[in-house]
Amino acid sequence: MVEKSIEEINRKINEGNVNVVTAEEMVGIVGEVGAKEAAKEVDVVTTGTFGAMCSSGVWLNFGHPEPPMKMNKVFLNGVEAYSGVAAVDAFIGAGQLSETEGFDYGGAHVIEDLIRGKSIDLHATSYGTDCYPRKTLDTTLNIYDLNQAIMINPRNGYQKYNVATNGINRTIYTYMGSLLPNYGNVTYSGAGVLSPLSNDPDYQTIGVGTPIFLGGTKGHIIGEGTQHSPETNFGTLMLRGDLKDMSADYIRAANFHEYGTSLYVGMGVPIPILNEQLAQSTAVTDKDVVTNVLDYGVPSRDRPVIRKVNYEELRSGSIEINGKDTPTSSMSSFKKSREIAEELKKWVSAGEFFVNSPSQRLPAKATCKPMRQTTRNPLVQDIMARDVVIIDENATFHEAAKMIMENTFSHLPVVSDDGKLAGIVTAWDISKAVAETGCNYVKDIMTKRVLTSNATDPIDIAARNLDMKEVSAMPVIDNDRYVIGIITSNDISKLFARRR
Amino acid sequence: MMIKINISSNVIGEPILAESIIETRTALNISQAHFDSTYGEIIAEVETDDFKAIRQALESKGAKVTVLDHPIVRDEEDCVECGACISVCPSHVFSFDDEWGIAQDIEKCIQCGTCIKMCPHRALSLEK
Ligand code: SF4
Ligand code: SF4
Repeated sequence: MVEKSIEEINRKINEGNVNVVTAEEMVGIVGEVGAKEAAKEVDVVTTGTFGAMCSSGVWLNFGHPEPPMKMNKVFLNGVEAYSGVAAVDAFIGAGQLSETEGFDYGGAHVIEDLIRGKSIDLHATSYGTDCYPRKTLDTTLNIYDLNQAIMINPRNGYQKYNVATNGINRTIYTYMGSLLPNYGNVTYSGAGVLSPLSNDPDYQTIGVGTPIFLGGTKGHIIGEGTQHSPETNFGTLMLRGDLKDMSADYIRAANFHEYGTSLYVGMGVPIPILNEQLAQSTAVTDKDVVTNVLDYGVPSRDRPVIRKVNYEELRSGSIEINGKDTPTSSMSSFKKSREIAEELKKWVSAGEFFVNSPSQRLPAKATCKPMRQTTRNPLVQDIMARDVVIIDENATFHEAAKMIMENTFSHLPVVSDDGKLAGIVTAWDISKAVAETGCNYVKDIMTKRVLTSNATDPIDIAARNLDMKEVSAMPVIDNDRYVIGIITSNDISKLFARRR
Repeated sequence: MMIKINISSNVIGEPILAESIIETRTALNISQAHFDSTYGEIIAEVETDDFKAIRQALESKGAKVTVLDHPIVRDEEDCVECGACISVCPSHVFSFDDEWGIAQDIEKCIQCGTCIKMCPHRALSLEK
């Protein structure tokens, strides 16, 4: 049994004869000499990852203005920072969007601009008190003007991450990027072989107080991250580091089209090789890290699993989905992850960075629970109109016009001879038919590609579909395409108005 | 040369593309087409000599024609070499090189713009 202590390794670091390798290099070493020999030879293994960490933000302390103020609302370049704490502290979150620029600029951009030393406009308001009389404040400041700028990542360094694809027939825009229709592509995140938590899955050396590489400087792990779920191999970390020492090489703002902003964070953890078991776990390969490909086309928490996949397959450039070669895209940079592992290796080798045993281990037993919801989400069937008037596709548009007039509906689902949904006509289609000639039958004037809904769809999904396609009604159909109701944007607005 | 044809909602139902092709006897080599009920966008290649005629025909029918004369440009400062752009490009312009950096085969770019929306770092553009 090989047993080394943290003190022994730190002594070696101090003396300049420590043997540090990256997690990628460790794979080869363990393969060649075995875990036992590797544990003797290697003292520290470095890991690294560089990807979107939406769960990131920075605590800022602005110092007190004159006259003093308790800032209740704080905006930095138009992006709101949370300030429901003491007078001049605020937390700027990476995902918060600018009030004026929307998707183009967010908290992540404020953070990157601060690191780059750029000037930031601060706007704050307050209700005013005897001790803090001031009510509004506008100033311009940069990172050097702040007392503290402390990055906190409530959830970072996912052990591995789900892989995304999309089974529906339109492109969807997600935090995993653009997903092309009909399983047109696959996106994934995470550094596989270099992933910090995959290299020490039992958290033997990673815990509270572990010194790490964070954003180009030294940071610390301060505990398990939110949604930490070690029992499903989705462990996460909470991190802390000083933004003032960080570099824009390793902290980058990102925009996900039609989704929002996020922050790419570079992070690396050194793993002291204390025993054979750690040598073995740091020899983890891309092939060993297995995850699920999920269909993000299904807008539900429980997305269907399309297949299992490992990082070696993902990194090969394509994977097979339903018999088809599907191209893969990484959302995190493996090149940067490597750079981070190398940089950390340099720091340790140069005697500038020491290892530590955690002052507290991370919980090994926990799973991430779904939310408890005490009010039932209404479904389409709860508010759809069931007395829907349908029309035969062989009817004339005059008959359709009459039906619309008599029933004061503005949409008529159209059915074919077998009674199944074939299209939809609106009052507008009829007016157009009147103006044109040669279109006498409903089937000539109807819209054939009808947006439909299922009775058991949540209302929020129906509302989003109506919104996006800019239509005002959808027939509700059963599995055989028989029309069982109709849902209009009017019904939904009324429902939402009641909810508020 | 590559052109982009935008068709807005008020004329989306009309066969203006077909009519323009017949009228001007121009061959359009369509490489990408996106349509929904409100908007249409087509990327096509056209002989330079035929461009004027087809543009006139299309624009007289309510379409908007833009000349695409710059293939994709990648800003190396902004790019973090993640590879997000790889899987969405219909022409396989991007790939990883041996060092996991981004290699690109610009010649193949059909200027469809798909990768621009995908890039989380706004590193791609079709302007010079
Ligand atoms: S998606 Fe953007 S940042 Fe990522 S590799 Fe492509 S150009 Fe670079
Ligand atoms: S614009 Fe982008 S996605 Fe389209 S062909 Fe060129 S490189 Fe590929």
